[in-house]
Amino acid sequence: MLVVNGLRATVGEKEILQGLNLTVNPGEIHAIMGPNGSGKSTLAHVLSGRDGYTVTGGSATFAGQDLLALEPEQRAHLGLFLAFQYPVELPGVNNTYFLKAALNSIRKARGEAELDAVSFLRFIKEKLKILHLDESLLKRAVNAGFSGGEKKRNEIFQMALLEPKLAILDETDSGLDIDALRVVADGVNALRSPERSMIVVTHYQRLLDYIQPDFVHVLAKGQIIRSGGKELALELETTGYGWIDAEGLAA
Amino acid sequence: MTSTTAVNDLVKSEYEHGFTTEIASDTFPPGLDETVVRAISQRKGEPEFMTAWRLKAYRHWLTMTEPNWAAIDYPKIDFQAISYFSAPKRPEDAPKSLDEIDPILLETYQKLGIPLEEQKVLAGIAVDAVFDSVSVATTFRKSLAEVGVIFCSISEAVHDYPDLIQKYLGSVVPYTDNFYAGLNAAVFSDGTFVYVPKGVRCPMELSTYFRINARNTGQFERTLIVAEAGAYVSYLEGCTAPQRDENQLHAAVVELIVLDDAEVKYSTVQNWYPGDAQGKGGIYNFVTKRGDCRGARAKISWTQVETGSAITWKYPSCLLRGEGSVGEFYSVAVTKGRQQADTGTKMIHIGKNTRSTIVSKGISAGEGQQTYRGLVRIGQRAEGARNHTQCDSLLIGDRCTANTVPYIEVRTPTANMEHEATTSKISDDQLFYCRSRGLTEEDAVSMIVNGFCKEVFNELPMEFAVEAQKLLSISLEGAVG
Ligand SMILES: Nc1ncnc2c1ncn2[C@@H]1O[C@H](COP(=O)(O)OP(=O)(O)O)[C@@H](O)[C@H]1O
Ligand SMILES: [Mg+2]
Repeated sequence: MLVVNGLRATVGEKEILQGLNLTVNPGEIHAIMGPNGSGKSTLAHVLSGRDGYTVTGGSATFAGQDLLALEPEQRAHLGLFLAFQYPVELPGVNNTYFLKAALNSIRKARGEAELDAVSFLRFIKEKLKILHLDESLLKRAVNAGFSGGEKKRNEIFQMALLEPKLAILDETDSGLDIDALRVVADGVNALRSPERSMIVVTHYQRLLDYIQPDFVHVLAKGQIIRSGGKELALELETTGYGWIDAEGLAA
Repeated sequence: MTSTTAVNDLVKSEYEHGFTTEIASDTFPPGLDETVVRAISQRKGEPEFMTAWRLKAYRHWLTMTEPNWAAIDYPKIDFQAISYFSAPKRPEDAPKSLDEIDPILLETYQKLGIPLEEQKVLAGIAVDAVFDSVSVATTFRKSLAEVGVIFCSISEAVHDYPDLIQKYLGSVVPYTDNFYAGLNAAVFSDGTFVYVPKGVRCPMELSTYFRINARNTGQFERTLIVAEAGAYVSYLEGCTAPQRDENQLHAAVVELIVLDDAEVKYSTVQNWYPGDAQGKGGIYNFVTKRGDCRGARAKISWTQVETGSAITWKYPSCLLRGEGSVGEFYSVAVTKGRQQADTGTKMIHIGKNTRSTIVSKGISAGEGQQTYRGLVRIGQRAEGARNHTQCDSLLIGDRCTANTVPYIEVRTPTANMEHEATTSKISDDQLFYCRSRGLTEEDAVSMIVNGFCKEVFNELPMEFAVEAQKLLSISLEGAVG
């Protein structure tokens, strides 16, 4: 589904991704862990097409297409979704209106019929129920004045609605209390399916108590320096990230 | 009294002796003097009181100078290079119905998704189209007449309702008010008159589509709306103009008179030609709009969406005289390319417990320059007066500017004032966020901008709000990137 090969990316003069490899197959959940500033968000942004990064080498293929050649919206149309580490506020833009426009632009790009207001509302209410979210969310402006936890829940809600093929969750767990964490984890688990893959970026292993990953990777200094199963996350919890500097690059 | 008699005498004598130059052509040659003022009045077959009023205005105007305090920059206007009257060539050439309106106009409306005739029928809007300087189409008049509402061109009103005109014309915006209002009083071509009798709720939205047609002809509309005690009317004004290459002066005057418990809602969507990329050829729009809440609990609500014109100079205002009267101003102004706008409002609190609300949303893109200029004055006797002002500016790109210039004068200790101002940008983060959800950049901009303007659009009549949203999206096409 996603194949990242030797990906290099710079911000300004600084090379952040330094030859990163990652393969994600349908239905798999990959956790990416790593110290602050190691390039986790950069990876998420480069994959979803954010401006400000220059790809200087390597490739990324998604659903058989050269991902890096596409506009951000085209990537979304292909089924890529990014849950932002810092969701953005859109004052005055109604959440329901926003999501309807987003879903319909994706459907349109795929040659599917757009949903009318009634079927969209039915669909959206169904998703709210699955995620145990309050209907008041529909009336509010996108993320405007939301608490940190509400913003993250809204990201999961959007993910549920847009039904991506590959979702990248960038530290969706950071700053959440245990209840909010549960909502996020329940949402992710509810959306798990053999066709849907996820990349769960996290700083802590805590989230992985609730979401069982198939693979755990350690990202440091712009590369995946270790990969393993769930036990790697537990190991990291005890050892921390201090060993990275001591050992240098394993690869 | 003596001075009036003197003026009348003067008018008469000059009429007898001086008025020999018959201006025969349908469009007057450029230039302005008393002969031209008289000729306009004569062409329109006006009663003497109007001629006299125009002349007084003209003579006063000669003593006035153009205001220069606004933050706008434009080449000096040569008032002698403007033609002050233009009539449809022959009556048989005048459009008989709205279907005959210039295709460019219709195209613009089609782009906006509202074919004019369809909108007229569907929305039940009475349309009084002003072509050049003479009204040529008035519809729905009958059903209005049944409830006693007068809706006609101001030229007709001068003939048919001289008492109302004499009583109210210039009573809110006297010709001494400002340079452009003085000029308008002297040479105004046509416009709209609305009179809603006591206790009558006007059964439909009243609408006028203005258009600037003949090349190089200044347009000087005059609108007068009177709402007697307990009356209600909602008036919609929308403008569009075909592309042209010469700067065009537009100096309109709008007067509203609102008596006890009456309400006037005045909505404008303005999208005149803003000029080309260099700013050449756009409309200069110098407008004086003022409403007078003469009665207790009278209410005036100005809502405007300004997307056009090269220069906008406009401050719809409210005189809150009546006890408990209410003034509102909701505005969206867009400047892009080389457009300049200096706009805002004045809320003059005179009566007790008067209230006003100002919500101004300025959007600046490209090299657009925009200034919000607002005055809130609370007089000595306006005990318990309240004002809430909110001024938000949205910048798109980094070559545009937005300024907020609030003037606040409070002369009573019991007044309550709130003022909020914000300036924000459409951030790359916002655009990326929307795009990562599958929206194009253009959709993202239009969504963010419409979200920003929401409080104002909420005030517009439904079909107008839809039009305004589309207009905003169309006018910001390509503004980012
Ligand atoms: N826009 C930017 N400008 C300059 N440096 C940046 C920018 N974005 C990220 N960086 C730098 O890139 C590195 C990786 O950042 P990031 O990908 O956010 O790390 P992580 O998400 O793993 O904490 C950090 O050193 C950070 O300071
Ligand atoms: Mg990060």
